[in-house]
Amino acid sequence: MIPAQEVVEGGVEAAAAAGADGCIVLVEETSHADVRFALNTTTTNGVQRGRSVSVVVFAESAVGTASRSGVVGPGGAAEMVAAALADARQSPPAEDAFPLVKPAQGPDRGRPFDEGPEETDATALEGVLSALSGAFGRARARDAVLAGFAEIDVATLYLGSSTGLRLSHSQPTSAVTLVGRTADGSGSAWVGVPSIDPSLEEMEQEIWRRLDWAARQFALEAGRYEVILPPSGVGDMMAMAAFDAIGGQDTEDGRTVFSKEGGGTRVGETISALPFTLYSDPDEAGVTCTPFVATSASSSEVSVFDNGLPFGRTDWLRDGKLEHLRYHRAGAAKSGVPMAPYIDNLILRCEEGKGGTVDDMVARTERGLLLTCLWYIRPVDPATLLLTGLTRDGVYVIEDGKVVGAANNFRFNESPVDLLARATEVGTPVRALGREFGEYLNRMIMPPLRIPDYNMSTVSQAS
Amino acid sequence: MPLAADELAALADAALDAATGAGCQAAELRVERVRSQTLRLHDALPETTADATEFGMGVRVVAGGAVGFAASVDVRPEEAVALVRRAADMAAVTSRAGGGQVELAPEPAHGDVAWSSAFEIDPVDVPMADKIALLTAWSERLGSHHAVAHTSAALLAVSENTFLADLNGTRATQHRVRLQCQLEALALSDSGFETMRTVAPPVGRGWEWLTGGEAGDGGADGNWDWETELNDLPELLAEKLAAPSVEAGTYDLVVDPSNLWLTIHESIGHATELDRAMGYEAAYAGTSFATFDQLGSLQYGSPVMHVTGDRTVLHGLATVGIDSEGVEAQSFDLVRDGVLVGYQLDRSIASSMGFARSNGCAFADSPMHVPIQRMANVSLAHSGATGPTTDELIAGVERGIYIVGDKSWSIDMQRYNFQFTGQRFYRIVNGRLTGQLRDVAYQATTTDFWGAMEAVGGSSTWVLGGAFNCGKGQPGQVAPVSHGCPAVLVRGVNVLNAREESGR
Repeated sequence: MIPAQEVVEGGVEAAAAAGADGCIVLVEETSHADVRFALNTTTTNGVQRGRSVSVVVFAESAVGTASRSGVVGPGGAAEMVAAALADARQSPPAEDAFPLVKPAQGPDRGRPFDEGPEETDATALEGVLSALSGAFGRARARDAVLAGFAEIDVATLYLGSSTGLRLSHSQPTSAVTLVGRTADGSGSAWVGVPSIDPSLEEMEQEIWRRLDWAARQFALEAGRYEVILPPSGVGDMMAMAAFDAIGGQDTEDGRTVFSKEGGGTRVGETISALPFTLYSDPDEAGVTCTPFVATSASSSEVSVFDNGLPFGRTDWLRDGKLEHLRYHRAGAAKSGVPMAPYIDNLILRCEEGKGGTVDDMVARTERGLLLTCLWYIRPVDPATLLLTGLTRDGVYVIEDGKVVGAANNFRFNESPVDLLARATEVGTPVRALGREFGEYLNRMIMPPLRIPDYNMSTVSQAS
Repeated sequence: MPLAADELAALADAALDAATGAGCQAAELRVERVRSQTLRLHDALPETTADATEFGMGVRVVAGGAVGFAASVDVRPEEAVALVRRAADMAAVTSRAGGGQVELAPEPAHGDVAWSSAFEIDPVDVPMADKIALLTAWSERLGSHHAVAHTSAALLAVSENTFLADLNGTRATQHRVRLQCQLEALALSDSGFETMRTVAPPVGRGWEWLTGGEAGDGGADGNWDWETELNDLPELLAEKLAAPSVEAGTYDLVVDPSNLWLTIHESIGHATELDRAMGYEAAYAGTSFATFDQLGSLQYGSPVMHVTGDRTVLHGLATVGIDSEGVEAQSFDLVRDGVLVGYQLDRSIASSMGFARSNGCAFADSPMHVPIQRMANVSLAHSGATGPTTDELIAGVERGIYIVGDKSWSIDMQRYNFQFTGQRFYRIVNGRLTGQLRDVAYQATTTDFWGAMEAVGGSSTWVLGGAFNCGKGQPGQVAPVSHGCPAVLVRGVNVLNAREESGR
């Protein structure tokens, strides 16, 4: 395999030679290792080496793109450029056309372009694997079964453009999840950590603590309950807001919760009484991510024309007010608002609030439910951002500051926007792994929230 | 496939010789090229165009009773040999933590197999400009109606070329295509907005499905009636925008196949995957209420309920010749006369649970991923040529709702409690439709819902629906799957008002 940088140069040269009016070449080198386990035994696994190459070619303001995985030499990139240019020349002008980014438009972000890719392999799993065999034995002794997954993915991106950009960024993405179930299926607990090297012993202890809680079972009816929503669940609800509701164009169209009735957007409106700030920042400690635009295809909010544009922090909500919606440069210019890029992390903080851990919040609860995580979350009504979903792997009953047992699961119908508006207490934000969307948005920092009246719509018999 | 037969044979020989040399009990090499195109339009202007080709190879081995998998985008015989080594290493390393009990159910060798799905024009070969032109014209047509404020359109086209060679002696070269086209219109009023999307299903068909042939009913041999669908959509949307909000409560439902396929997918398709039922997905996709001890006894639904799994139906999205483990495509019963009688299997779960043979439900969505048990086309049988029409089903309802098209879906991790919405909801009063409703969501427990299914429509109501995007496994894999079904009548289902659920 020729080095990624040579693929980039080959693509840029081929586009110039073919008479393109500009081009972007993206090469992503990936390596990956994973192992799954269930029923107290390892099951499937995999190691991978990958490379994907994307070219974006411009013919005046029309665009053609091609992406390929597999080994691509300079000749391969030329072939892709030719195909993309043919598409571009037949395509209408792009709606998101904007002058390509030049090196002078911002400080260089990321790592040196001439460095080789960072890599991982099966050895990254050693810590987890060595801890697992003991854990399986302890689970059998307790008449419990463990299941879970450990994975690490290391991606190194190289971006080159006809305007002279040469950028690189590298980041690992990893997670370990552990589920413990009693052999009769009456109790189930989950712990997930966005790291390949967590203390599996601590995770295991937390599983046993929760399965012990489930020894006493409560049958609860549907209804509204005071709930402590842990960081994982808060993260999943906020992720849906970030995926589905903060698109500038969609909101201007009138199709999101942030659309204003009669036209326009709710930017500037107060969304929550507590001064929540929901933001994304490539430099946020613990969740750093790609600090420039890198995309092989445009969407309503992200544009291939913006490739290489460096960015910093964007506040979606600031102190409880809707601050920004997501726009590419062309969309922002058309609407007369600031550009706000897609950024691959999400952080929720609140300056007011007692802080503390989930356990601290349990101790401050007279009567309520502690949730473990949320699952199968889907939009029901975009006008209110009403989402439906289920509680999963542990709903615990709190009485007088202590967990006294476990209850059945529920289907909920709730909107993340309403949750922020109704939250009465905010814990300390921590690095969190969303049970549902952690695989798409791994980098989150979220607090636990107290919701006084969480809408548990029906009982789910799942345990 | 970008490689010639002799190049594929060289890769297979290299990998399988290495696997034999390494003492593997089983091994298969998969070389795959998957081309996918995405086109999205907003207000009749292109917003997203993407053309992606994934090309690579993966090797799965069973060595020392453990599974190992390794994959690479570097498709050369030397790398195939290295992949066998890496996969065998993974088998050894992971089994030390616990494992090493895997056996694959036996499968006859199928020799050299060449298979293709049924299509005329590979949709990825059609120039992007032609695709843009078609969707632009259709979007403009919708957008020209006074009720429509915005339109969006999406086209997904996939062409899969795969080669599988296993130690068993099967070498299968296969090609299949699929296509999905959806248009959505949005209407605004002073009190908010409504959308409506076309209900044409995704299909295992070529480009001709969008442009050619006689309009039909969308069944196995029919083409979709795009003309009528595009013509009617704006007026239907205008009617929905002005419709009253549903009063929450219990209703009899007549469910159109365009909605029911997804209920089948979630509450039957996933619940009858044996790996789930046994706990292999406990940490991710979940388990199943339809546990193995209930095989042959669980009353899944009413006696009119007959459900099959198959990988053979014409134009099915999960239809294939040989599955990703070298098993021949089959058709099998899952629910017969309302009773659970079967599960979907791959080779390892078949072996561990005492089945003589896998029923061919292994699939990997990429050469970079290990094959796992994935859903067959899971379909509900109709009641024959003399069975009721949709109108006849509606005629049997005093107070109910007729639901068309899928939209929101959610179900719990044991497949008990589900909630679905749709594209259109018609109030039924005394056997007749009396206009649309808004904000409908139906919620039920799986066995209650299917147990309350009083009648299934005749063959005239049957449509093969489905999805491109069924998720399962870790790392996540996405599989296409079809579900055929008739219209059905279900008594006494809990209907929510989605707006009230949000507390407004």
